[in-house]
Amino acid sequence: MSETTATIIFALVVLLGAVSAAAVLTWFERRLLGIWQDRYGPNRLGPLGIFQVLADMLKLLTKHDWVPPFSDRVVFVFAPTALVVAMMMGFAVVPFSETLYIIDIDIGLLFFLGMTSLAVYAVLLGGLASNNKYALLGGLRSAAQMVSYEVFMGLSLMGVVMLTGSFSLQAIVLAQVDGWYCFSQILGLYVFLIAGIAESHRLPFDLPEAEHELTAGFHTEYSGMKFAMFMLGEYLGLILISCMITTLFFGGWLGPDWLPGLFWFSLKTFFFICFFILLRAAIPRPRYDQLMSLGWKVLLPITLLNLVITGALALSLQGAS
Amino acid sequence: MTGSTTAELIPFIVYFGGVILLVLTMLGLSFVLGQRRTNKATNTPYESGVVAVGTSQIRLSVEFYLIAIIFVIFDLETVFIFAWAIAFFELGWQGYFAILVFIAMLGVALVYAWRCGTLEWGVKTRVGLEAKDN
Repeated sequence: MSETTATIIFALVVLLGAVSAAAVLTWFERRLLGIWQDRYGPNRLGPLGIFQVLADMLKLLTKHDWVPPFSDRVVFVFAPTALVVAMMMGFAVVPFSETLYIIDIDIGLLFFLGMTSLAVYAVLLGGLASNNKYALLGGLRSAAQMVSYEVFMGLSLMGVVMLTGSFSLQAIVLAQVDGWYCFSQILGLYVFLIAGIAESHRLPFDLPEAEHELTAGFHTEYSGMKFAMFMLGEYLGLILISCMITTLFFGGWLGPDWLPGLFWFSLKTFFFICFFILLRAAIPRPRYDQLMSLGWKVLLPITLLNLVITGALALSLQGAS
Repeated sequence: MTGSTTAELIPFIVYFGGVILLVLTMLGLSFVLGQRRTNKATNTPYESGVVAVGTSQIRLSVEFYLIAIIFVIFDLETVFIFAWAIAFFELGWQGYFAILVFIAMLGVALVYAWRCGTLEWGVKTRVGLEAKDN
């Protein structure tokens, strides 16, 4: 029973930790972008400007909680809520270390894919419920982008599943004791990385929000805390994708014994978060039709090829040994 | 790795409850703390400062519909690959060649959609017909 209690406490720690990490990330990203673009970024409040997070939060909380009278009110409020809930639930299956996880289910990987897919509903419903032309166009684009990249986001992970023989994330981590999958599944990693960015519609793939043509895409009519929840969902998605890349391709919590697994897991995840922010700073946005043809014409064939190659190599190596 | 017993599910349920509570708190706090101010233009849709014309139920490009249809087809087909991947070593070469045929069929479907111009955006021309007309 005490073990269950400890896990419950850990679940609450994950809950608060994920939200705080996403909040701090808003400041961290702006600081890092500032450094790379040769300017300061937010540096006024507190040491290095870290209290900017609190200031932003207070400001957003005291904004007019406005629901457009021309919108579909219930769906309008539901959409950002669904996004945050779906992204938060994704963290439930992430193995943070050998013993630290909320739940380790046999279908952990499928659960993660399902939760990220739910984000499509949030974006599309947010766009439709706003009853605004910009929001509708942004929501549609976003939905088309996310469903397109979802097809091979799942497929790109099948190489990992084939080699492990399990959907359980803990089993996938343990199978990487002999070697991380980032070498044997380099094509899978490549596709998952790109699909992950497109799925959480971060720059350079933030076409749905394309401010140069659709002002803010699907969240044009959102303001105050509901806008913040869309942003929270996006940053949670970024952290979640980094966690999954670490878990699936870079050995999760595995690392030298002299530090606990949680440390190695956090270090690798932090590295990928920084990598995604660097990507945002370094790469310009593609056109929408380029984005869609990249997905269907390049990444989908690569994914299928990866499955064929992985299957042939794994079976012949198994037969040889 | 073990089967999900009720005791293992408790932390998950607590976590889910916590997430719902958190979201409700965020919405509730902003509802209570938020200022309420109404100007002449507050309750009009945003269209870059221009007064909104017509409804927002506008006609949509057919591309979105086509993408949705191929998504349904391909996503259903990935489910079969998921089922093969989990039992990959047990099925061995026999299963491998079976899925090879399946992936080839998937490839044919992709090439067909590609040649039909489903994956193109903007002006559509059917690749085969265009040369004949000129």
